[in-house]
Amino acid sequence: MNEDVVRLLSPEGERIEHEDYPLEADHDQLRAMYRDIVLARRTDVESTALQRTGELGLWCPVLGQEGVQVGAAHAMRSHDYGFTTYREVGMFQVRGVDPVELLHLYRGISHASWDPREVGLGIFTIVIGSHALHSVGYAMGIQRDGADDAVLSCFGDGATSTGDVHEAMVFASVFSAPVVFLVQNNQWAISVPVTRQARAPLSVRAAGYGMPSVRIDGNDVLAGLAVTRAALDRAREGGGPTFIEAVTYRRGPHTTSDDPTRYRDDGEVEHWASLDPLDRLRRYLEAEGAIDEEFTARVAAEAEGLGERLRAAIRGMEDPEPLGMFDHVYVEPHRQVQADRAAMQDYLASLELR
Amino acid sequence: MSTQEFALPDVGEGLTEAEIVRWRVTVGDEVSVNQAIVDIETAKAVVELPSPFAGTVSGLLVSEGTVVPVGTPILAVEVRDREPVLIGYGVAHEGTRRRRLRTAGPAPAEAPAVTGGPRAKPPVRALARTLGIDLATVTPTGPHGDITREDLQRMSTTRDTPGSSSTVSIAQSATSGVPAIRLGEVIPVRGVRRAMAEAMVRSMEQAPHVTEWVDVDVSRTVELVERLRGRADFEGVRVTPLTIVAAAIVRSLRRTPIVNATWHDLPDGSAEIEVHRHVNLGIAVASPRGLVVPHVPGVDRMSLRQLAEAITEVTERARAGTLVPADSVGGTITLTNVGVFGVDGGTPILNPGEAAILAMGRILDRAWVVNGGLAVRPVMELTLSFDHRIVDGAAGSTFLADVAAFLHDPVD
Repeated sequence: MNEDVVRLLSPEGERIEHEDYPLEADHDQLRAMYRDIVLARRTDVESTALQRTGELGLWCPVLGQEGVQVGAAHAMRSHDYGFTTYREVGMFQVRGVDPVELLHLYRGISHASWDPREVGLGIFTIVIGSHALHSVGYAMGIQRDGADDAVLSCFGDGATSTGDVHEAMVFASVFSAPVVFLVQNNQWAISVPVTRQARAPLSVRAAGYGMPSVRIDGNDVLAGLAVTRAALDRAREGGGPTFIEAVTYRRGPHTTSDDPTRYRDDGEVEHWASLDPLDRLRRYLEAEGAIDEEFTARVAAEAEGLGERLRAAIRGMEDPEPLGMFDHVYVEPHRQVQADRAAMQDYLASLELR
Repeated sequence: MSTQEFALPDVGEGLTEAEIVRWRVTVGDEVSVNQAIVDIETAKAVVELPSPFAGTVSGLLVSEGTVVPVGTPILAVEVRDREPVLIGYGVAHEGTRRRRLRTAGPAPAEAPAVTGGPRAKPPVRALARTLGIDLATVTPTGPHGDITREDLQRMSTTRDTPGSSSTVSIAQSATSGVPAIRLGEVIPVRGVRRAMAEAMVRSMEQAPHVTEWVDVDVSRTVELVERLRGRADFEGVRVTPLTIVAAAIVRSLRRTPIVNATWHDLPDGSAEIEVHRHVNLGIAVASPRGLVVPHVPGVDRMSLRQLAEAITEVTERARAGTLVPADSVGGTITLTNVGVFGVDGGTPILNPGEAAILAMGRILDRAWVVNGGLAVRPVMELTLSFDHRIVDGAAGSTFLADVAAFLHDPVD
């Protein structure tokens, strides 16, 4: 990994002081971050297995990227709002969304089942980069409400090549919107390496928009926490947007439909496994005396229970009624949707579905 | 103990089958939940599948190297019923899972018992309503006990008196006016034939055609062709009367360029006429695959020799079936040689988007009045159809007369 990144925790788990980004986290919060990474990882492993046994149509593995996700989500205040792609399992873990809810989309049960206003996280966005615009729109709304909230906008290296992200950067910068762009540069946009997306580090692009940028070690949960917190605070105080490039790695496939062995070396995956975000946090906390075997065993048991709960829950999920797809298109009744619904109802009535 | 079977799942968004590459367990092995049991290869990836069960492997139901459809049971596991490992799995096979397996698996050998009324697809139901047939009275012959369109047709013909008018109308209504039984040879309409049909209908629907004709003494054209064939600078070049007619078109368009034009209907309901700067001459060719109209672009900038070569080249490619799509798009006016079929003329239909088409007939020795007396002269009939939205009678007639005049007295 390039050495020009902000890092508060070495791969060996040693604390590194950084003059701009002091670590403000007590042992309770550090332990909570450890637990969140373990549980997010368990959700990921179990969901992959559920897809492989035919219970989910698709899953987007997160292995390797949980560090920055958990760190950044811990930097958010309760009223802050996040917009994510479909891979931010770590953030949903931190914000208290039941992992069972994450599976609804991938089983084809519903588009999203959590209340974004309640948890402060939007629904999964499959379209690459479009939610960068939603993020800036929400942030400009905060501005007009005169609130001191801030928005965390998460997307990947591939999304930085889209027009939507460019437009979002322009608006955010020009209007000094209280938004933080957190780019998880996981090196691969499916099979396209980041070197085919940018000649220079992605963070360099921010200068063109007139916004500050920071490159961080995305496998360092503490850097994720400290840098994101500083950027969110700057945003809520009227300082405008910040671009954070978290240099990390997707160790699994892009989705369960992807076969990464076709486009990358095992050696690359092994290298990044040696930089695992959970390992280094555990080493640090053990050295600090913040966790012991009893604690890690308890979290491990909790994770096993989560896996069993996910397996049980997915088999208890009822298939939705076909007409349910018309229910949440608009907040208020809409003539076209009502007509479509009636047509569908007639069609279904004409079938013998027995 | 009970046996649970693991059916091959769709692991890749719409895959239908996978190859069993390698078993990671054998019969008698103890397996735990999520333990890797088998590697499979799909159209998208090689993936390992985890076991959804804990227990003892009692059967590998598919051998390595075999490709099986999604939904095929591949592994059997003896599960100890009181084993608590299977939290959440006890009711697994009661709910949605079983329904999915049934749809993915092979069709049942016997039609399932029909409950709640006869089975038929919505279009068949609609046809039954039209024909006034109660579906409950129809004997189904389709898969899964479905009533098919044919079942209805058979019923409707046995119900009515053979030969009565209602039988005929029912047999026709089922397939929108086409008789259900055709005694003649059936030629499918596709490819070049379909393109020709669509172009002709479009042209006749959109362009009001006017057709004019004139006979011309082509003695000097015939002489010119002979002379050119003997010239050293035309050696190896195929010169025919068609070459001279093409040159006559180019020459005549100088006076009436409106004949080389296209009508455009605009989205706002108005229209425009585009008079082309250059002449792209379409040549109608009867190719083995049907009528094609490749064009020779930019004939207005060609010498007679270049014109002859270009026409030869494109017609040969048309007959060889090696035209590319660009050859058939972008013509501005068309020449068709019906004379090669031994006729004099006709009422040619415009190539869509063009304002005129000229047909040249056979060259036949006829009695011709020359200087007040009868003479025998080679005579050709020219027929011009033009789009009367673009070209009025004066312009069309002038153009046709100019072509005739050139052929009567070609200026080399």
